[in-house]
Amino acid sequence: MKYIDEHRDGRLAKEIARQIAALADPARSYHFMEFCGGHTHAISRYGLEDLLPQNVQMIHGPGCPVCVLPIGRIDAAIALAMRPEITLCTYGDLMRVPGSNESSLLKARAAGADIRMVYSTLDALRIAEAEPDREVVFFAIGFETTAPPTALALRVAIAKELRNFSIFCNHVLTPAAIQNILESPDVRKLGTVKIDGFIGPAHVSIVIGTEPYEFFAEEFQQPVVVAGFEPLDVIQAILMLVRQVNDGRHEVENQYIRAVTRFGNEKAQAQVANFFELRESFEWRGLGEVPYGALRLRPQYAEHDSEKRFSMVTTAAKDNPACECGAILRGVKKPANCSLFGTVCTPDTPMGSCMVSPEGACAAHWTYGRLREHAKAFE
Amino acid sequence: MLPDNMAKVTLDGVSKIISTALVEDVKAGDYVVLHVGYALGKIDPQEAERTLALIREAALA
Repeated sequence: MKYIDEHRDGRLAKEIARQIAALADPARSYHFMEFCGGHTHAISRYGLEDLLPQNVQMIHGPGCPVCVLPIGRIDAAIALAMRPEITLCTYGDLMRVPGSNESSLLKARAAGADIRMVYSTLDALRIAEAEPDREVVFFAIGFETTAPPTALALRVAIAKELRNFSIFCNHVLTPAAIQNILESPDVRKLGTVKIDGFIGPAHVSIVIGTEPYEFFAEEFQQPVVVAGFEPLDVIQAILMLVRQVNDGRHEVENQYIRAVTRFGNEKAQAQVANFFELRESFEWRGLGEVPYGALRLRPQYAEHDSEKRFSMVTTAAKDNPACECGAILRGVKKPANCSLFGTVCTPDTPMGSCMVSPEGACAAHWTYGRLREHAKAFE
Repeated sequence: MLPDNMAKVTLDGVSKIISTALVEDVKAGDYVVLHVGYALGKIDPQEAERTLALIREAALA
């Protein structure tokens, strides 16, 4: 497909990797965090880490919406879905996320709950319209990429007077989370890793632009390169980061200039601003409470806010004590460091959220990385 | 292009009806970035070409 195939040219990727190896100072190491799960997936899928020199390392960040959703929110969604009047609509990747006591939406559905997988908020709207006697709840998760589609669905629901449509809002924000990784005392207490720069997300940046990263590039003296999701995009971004580090620069650069502008998609931003406001605090799995790191519906839309409409309560719940998702989401540990990885925890029977979504570090390593390590061991 | 800000796209031969309500000025023939059934942004063909040229240049340096 145009604009994709040409960005998957392995020969060019190897040439760029050679440039990185030539430029990387052997006297130091480079640790770059790709914030976004889409990049984590691309890095694993295309084996980019194998192309990089030893002293250039990628740290997988928390930018996987399914992975950072705390268990309490899954439990709350399951409890709601068990009510007879509720039809819960969800993106497919939430279905297998483990809740407390080995529960999941998939198991709740098997137990009789009306839970339906949808591809888009448009599908959830269609259900609400076709079945006016059902209370249709859209389980909204994701970053700045999925928030505008949720906002638009709300706009349509209001215009069509779909009073049986509401939103269980779990949208989270990228810049707040990056800042949290860099400065939160909680995160520091839990352990952090040295980071020399960030690869900024692709689709998120199409919406928000590159401008929101300027503050912490300056404040924390961290280079940021926004990159596309194809392998050549990622490796070019790594080259740009190595150059910035070598030059002592900490700027926001845009590798994904074919889709990302400085101020982003203002039409989509306006939709989000119309219907959502910031939460003072929201729990992220692995990061703890992140101030101003999530969205909720504005009070005037309370009728369409599932949390208010159904007086939902979220109780904090603990992860499986052996699960290392928290540390993996902060980049402190790698999937292979977790004792559950590949034994009881696989994509078929995930114990932690990082094994569920293909964007999760564990699932990406299970699908692609572990086989390469295996092959290396036999070389 | 279809009514109500909808459009038909092809993804490597697979056809799909998507919403274009979140982007400005889309027209038939444009390439868009698709996310959960919505076009989030357009691909700028000139910048795409420029990026590839830069990558090739870096690779041959």
